[in-house]
Amino acid sequence: MQTKFTRTLGMLALAAGLTALSSACTKDLDQVPSYSANAEVVYSDPAQIQQVLARLYATYAVSGQQGPSGQPDISGIDEGFSNYIRVYWQLQEITTDEAVLGWNDGNLPAINTLTWNADNEFVRGAYDRIYYQIGLCNEFIRQTTDANLASRGITGATATTVKQYRSEARLLRAMSYWHIVDLFGGGPFATETDVLGTLPQYKNRADIFTYVESELKALEATDATNGGLLAPKGVYARADQAVCWTLLAKLYLNAQVYTGTPRYTDAVTYTNKVLAASYQLSTTPSAQYSAYQKLFLADNNTGEARNEIIFPIAFDGTRTRGYGGMTYLVHAAVGGTLSPAAIGINSGWGGFRARQQLTALLTSPSVSATDARRTILYTSGQRLNVDTLTAVSNGYLLPKYKNVTSTGVKGSDTAGDFPDTDFPMFRLADVKLMYAEAVLRGGAGGTAGTALSQVNEVRRRAGSADLATVALADILDERARELYWEGHRRTDLIRFGRYTSNYNWALKGGVNGGRDVDATRALFPIPNTDIVANPNLQGHQNPGY
Amino acid sequence: MKQPYLVKLRFLLFVLLGLTASLGAWAQAGSGTVSGRITDTKNEGLPGVTVLVEGTTIGGSTNTEGVYTISGVPAGGHTLVISFVGYSSTRVPVTVFAGKTTDVAAQRLGENATALGEAVVIGYGTQRRQDLTGAVEQISSKQFVKGQVTNPEQLVQGKVAGVQITDAGGAPGSSTQILIRGGSSLSASNAPLIIIDGVPVDNTTISGASNPLSQINPNDIESITVLKDASSTAIYGVRASNGVILVTTKRGVVGEQVRVTASTLQSVATVAKYADVLNASEFRSLVNTYGTSGQKAILGTANTDWQRQIYRPAYSADNNVSVSGAAGNLPYRVSVGYLAQQGLLKRNDLNRYTGSLSLTPVLFKGSLRVALNVKGSWIDNNFSNQGAVGAATSFDPTQPIRAEGSQYAAYGGYYESLNPDGTLNTLGIRNPVALYELRRDRSTVKRSIGNLTLDYKLPFVPGLSANLNVGYDVQRGRGTTYVPANAADSYVRGGVNNNYSQDLNNYLLEAYGKYERTIGPGRLEFLAGYSYQKFENRSYVFDDFRADGTIYNPVALSYNGQNTYLNTNVLIGFYSRLNYNIADKYLFTGTFRADGTSRFAPGQQYGYFPSGAFAWRLKGEEFLKNSSAISDLKLRIGYGQTGQQDLGGSYYPFLANLSLSNQSAQYQLGNTFYRTLRADQYNPNITWETTTTYNVGLDYGFFDGRLYGSVDVYKRDTKDLLNYVQVAALQGLSNYGNFNVGSLTNKGVELVANLDVVKTDELNITVNANATYNQNRITKLNATDSPSDVGQLTGGISGGTGNTIQVNSVGYPTQSFYVYQQAYDTNGKPLEGVYVDRNGDGTINSADRYRYKTARPTWTLGGGANATYKGFNLAFTLRANLGNYVYNNVRASSFYDASTNNFLVNRNREVLSSGFTSAQYFSDYFMENASFLRMQNATLGYNFGELLKKGTNLGLSFAVQNVFVISNYKGIDPEVIGGIDQTIYPRPRTFTVGLNVGF
Repeated sequence: MQTKFTRTLGMLALAAGLTALSSACTKDLDQVPSYSANAEVVYSDPAQIQQVLARLYATYAVSGQQGPSGQPDISGIDEGFSNYIRVYWQLQEITTDEAVLGWNDGNLPAINTLTWNADNEFVRGAYDRIYYQIGLCNEFIRQTTDANLASRGITGATATTVKQYRSEARLLRAMSYWHIVDLFGGGPFATETDVLGTLPQYKNRADIFTYVESELKALEATDATNGGLLAPKGVYARADQAVCWTLLAKLYLNAQVYTGTPRYTDAVTYTNKVLAASYQLSTTPSAQYSAYQKLFLADNNTGEARNEIIFPIAFDGTRTRGYGGMTYLVHAAVGGTLSPAAIGINSGWGGFRARQQLTALLTSPSVSATDARRTILYTSGQRLNVDTLTAVSNGYLLPKYKNVTSTGVKGSDTAGDFPDTDFPMFRLADVKLMYAEAVLRGGAGGTAGTALSQVNEVRRRAGSADLATVALADILDERARELYWEGHRRTDLIRFGRYTSNYNWALKGGVNGGRDVDATRALFPIPNTDIVANPNLQGHQNPGY
Repeated sequence: MKQPYLVKLRFLLFVLLGLTASLGAWAQAGSGTVSGRITDTKNEGLPGVTVLVEGTTIGGSTNTEGVYTISGVPAGGHTLVISFVGYSSTRVPVTVFAGKTTDVAAQRLGENATALGEAVVIGYGTQRRQDLTGAVEQISSKQFVKGQVTNPEQLVQGKVAGVQITDAGGAPGSSTQILIRGGSSLSASNAPLIIIDGVPVDNTTISGASNPLSQINPNDIESITVLKDASSTAIYGVRASNGVILVTTKRGVVGEQVRVTASTLQSVATVAKYADVLNASEFRSLVNTYGTSGQKAILGTANTDWQRQIYRPAYSADNNVSVSGAAGNLPYRVSVGYLAQQGLLKRNDLNRYTGSLSLTPVLFKGSLRVALNVKGSWIDNNFSNQGAVGAATSFDPTQPIRAEGSQYAAYGGYYESLNPDGTLNTLGIRNPVALYELRRDRSTVKRSIGNLTLDYKLPFVPGLSANLNVGYDVQRGRGTTYVPANAADSYVRGGVNNNYSQDLNNYLLEAYGKYERTIGPGRLEFLAGYSYQKFENRSYVFDDFRADGTIYNPVALSYNGQNTYLNTNVLIGFYSRLNYNIADKYLFTGTFRADGTSRFAPGQQYGYFPSGAFAWRLKGEEFLKNSSAISDLKLRIGYGQTGQQDLGGSYYPFLANLSLSNQSAQYQLGNTFYRTLRADQYNPNITWETTTTYNVGLDYGFFDGRLYGSVDVYKRDTKDLLNYVQVAALQGLSNYGNFNVGSLTNKGVELVANLDVVKTDELNITVNANATYNQNRITKLNATDSPSDVGQLTGGISGGTGNTIQVNSVGYPTQSFYVYQQAYDTNGKPLEGVYVDRNGDGTINSADRYRYKTARPTWTLGGGANATYKGFNLAFTLRANLGNYVYNNVRASSFYDASTNNFLVNRNREVLSSGFTSAQYFSDYFMENASFLRMQNATLGYNFGELLKKGTNLGLSFAVQNVFVISNYKGIDPEVIGGIDQTIYPRPRTFTVGLNVGF
């Protein structure tokens, strides 16, 4: 009897002990790290919200949360390759007469020869990076809606400041959607109102165009005091009203290509707004460098360069580091006998060379031999013609971007890896040429005389003689001379109908002399990976792929 | 939240109290003592033999004289089960009288029998081999690979069917890949769960060590058991998908006299094979044939064989002393070890100090079995600079080690590639000798693993016992890297003077109850328990310094302003097992485990893992009982599910958090630089990966047990793979994320055979062999698989940036190679840049790549023989992999590169036969069948026996490891983890002399 009692008691005690232990320990399963931030906390603090805003801009410059590499934003491609400026620039430049990039990296050669397919990782890298930025912007806008701000106790002047951030996020998102329109046509589409985790629907090129236009128009209609964009040149490197106008002008100038409907008058309207703002061409040379060259140096965030650059992507040799962006643009342009030290870096990557067609434009009779844009050509030990893609000696070098200041001082990274030079995403000379083109294409609101003088101002600054008259074809050539290697060429050639046919350059289509390619190559394919991941995209691949 | 540790402590107290309270209960029970002697066939006492009273946990072991004494045996009739590894077990009926000692007649054990009665370690307990229902293989110390073994897993390399063990290279303590039955995961970890004396250890590699297991001294290990099928592993539900390895260390036994064992191994390791690169004169003529004028101009006049400059004969000493015995009821074993191992690469060495203590008292007349194990190790690593291994194969052989010119003085006088303006060419390959001479890379890693196990037979209910196991596994990794400012490889940044630090803490609490009794026609054993384990991984961050101590990059403090980052993983499990044994003929096992992990969101944390198995021991049936031709026959059928949650470094994949950028990923707005906050990709729905395993096995023994072994056929289906896959654009916050998508299958056969060729008193020859066939297939990869989907590109190669050579695609094995088909001229010479247009569309682009073979072998074979004649012992182990392919990245990089500026790159001899002048990285021309046969080790030993006085022992041995490799593979070693050969640290050929003394 007593044993039975003891036995029962023992069993009960054991059971109770085990149960108590278990229930206490099961709660231990809910672990959170203390080293990262919770969205609820971050979006309640305007200072931290600004850090999130800074991240939206940083997407252009870095590739992850750890500079120069580490904690990458996107995967499936080498992290350095995945940087925004790098992937965008690559598709805009090395697919044209302006540049080749002769490395043996995966399917990179196919980008040079316009023979990419829907599995090309560099096309995918650009697509993934652009959509990554849209996704980040969506999340920022989602978290900073008026309702969310109110519920998190952000009111009054502070709320206005955060709304300014939100306007900038919308502008950056519009810019990326424009990149989609320009490179891919249509694509998946979602905004802050879409729930994260759902598969986005496909939207065609014209519809995304309309959306971008409506966003930009809405942003343009509000000023900073009401939570809109900052006035031009307000705070360095922030996307202000002038960025919005420039983007609208670009959208309208290319509207014929994007939608089939020309909008040149709108293009003139918005170029006029930019021209009326207080931007000025850099016109004073330093002892070492021309006024033009100063736009692409380590101190181009100051002085005259700052007055010309409308939207810079800010890089810094110690604080904003990556293997894309300006690191790539400066290092990859150096090779052969060109001294890296003269460019302010420790080594050249032997990548970019000018195709002979760009060299021809820079050395054409209409250009002075001392034209500042032409004298950047480096020919020693180089051949004019690009016959072998991978041969560093094929094609002249163009060290346009340098990591030295206008007084010849090397940038802040003592090791010489990472430049201080900022990337001029938009600048005044581009807007001047856009104005002239829009007017020449029949846009109302400007005059042919002003068009000619705008073009000549640009030429004069570089050191070439004025043109007596200007025709549309002159604009395309002048744009190549003025804006080469700044990420505009592919769009320009397509707008002038000379991208897939009517004009050929070395290695185009994979043959030395160049050949016409299928007209469908004016758009890149939606990467197969996304068509696989998102059934809503099936049937929407661009023609020809 | 309650403090879980307090709770645990309270529980411990509770158990201890309950124990004391019940002391009185058993004092009254009538019990007696059993004593006897066990001998071998030569009538010599066998020490360490296990003697168990059947159906109880009462038992003991024999002492050095072979004598055992078991007290506290309940009065009445019993059967003693006498078992010892490598001997046939015996069962002896005895009758015990209360308060008396029963003497049992001496038992002679026959050697090398099938050892059916051998106790096999399984999850939460042990089982007789004949009672096993799952696929379990146990390798005891007697069968271990001999010679200089640094990492425990090397002890069983080639010994276990279905287990592929590959080390990363020949560096001391280098990492190892262990794949059991082909690996069931894709993105998640494929490492098996390793449990040392009941403590599941952390498989995270701590900073400063290459291999977490290298901190365990192999000399302390008694046996290694591999659980392969779900019926045996499912009790570890959560982490069991890739198999479980149970490591049991040596311990003292009751009644044993003090025994001291000392051993020393002295070895020398030599380079077995050098990479086949051009010598200076060959290279000179190559450059003069293909080079640019600039390249010809920088050719040197020296003749340097860089590989022979950086390697050396490497000496090692491995010394161990252990003392074991029993002080009354307290068996103990204490050991210390010191290993000083040099690597082949100059300045690379490892010093390891280990100590272990094991106390295994049996208290309260056998009711309470206590096991206390504490192991500690301290490793000092000197990594040298392993970058020199690759540099030595590509550095210009026409250049000297040291150069006279003043332009080289800045780099310590070593020859380095310079630009024409005299500045350092930072893209050039660095002088291999300078690489290791001008670098100090050291670490100290400390680890302690310990646990206390209490196994208590509850007095209230016969057959009921409780087991409590509290344990820990802590590691501390500290290291420093110093590169002087004049070292060319860090010259531009001004050298390096850094330190790093990481702590791993792992706490364990397990408790289970076991109940055994006879029900109906059979014997039932039921076990149920609870497991709590917490892993803490804390890394510290420091400023990044130049050699002179100035800051090159400031530290990035964490979001909460700390200089540490702590990741925590908690696992909680509830498990149970039911065994039912009818007449030793029909054996049923069922297990169930519910497991929770902190890696998933609340609501998704728990996974449920059942298993069931049945074994039919045909040998127990009447028609076979007396057959000596068929000495054993058992059919096993098992089914079960296991899980996987280990996403490697991803601890909180479900959490919607923002991460803070470091100091060099800031962004400038206005005049301010901001450390940015990024919304990270997350998946709130992420949950378990599940593997379902089907296993059918047959254990056999023929001719009186002279031929025995097993055959297993299995199929393992993994679904809801924890897969790092492409996310649809705008669906998440990045283009890739962790999702439960995809499935894969492994199918295979395992064969094991052991044969006693000769079995006499003086001469014994045994042969053993195992073979594994495994076929791995991905059956689903994405939410919507489409034919246009190439799959996930993987397998980064060297050459270019971001280039990959493998792909995971539906219908193909994991990591299939993805290559272009090379075109050849009529002489069979590869045509540079010409590939077969496989899809016939007229252009060669990525769509023409095809999937060709895989790095995984189709057959993995292991085997060996052991011969003993009087005191002599001769043994060897062979391993072979068949059907494994390797992408020879070294050959693929062997084209003449005319684009390098101001430096030259030496090449593999391949360049002379292909004559390629541009990179053809994706050509199948560089795919090679890397099937091989390797003699892993050969040992000759002589045992002098009792040379000095009775009870002593003296043994001498000579061993060679990595004796030979037979393979058509053209690289230095066909065994390459992942199948992409970018030159490995050569695996040495090691000659060892060993001496051991026991007294």
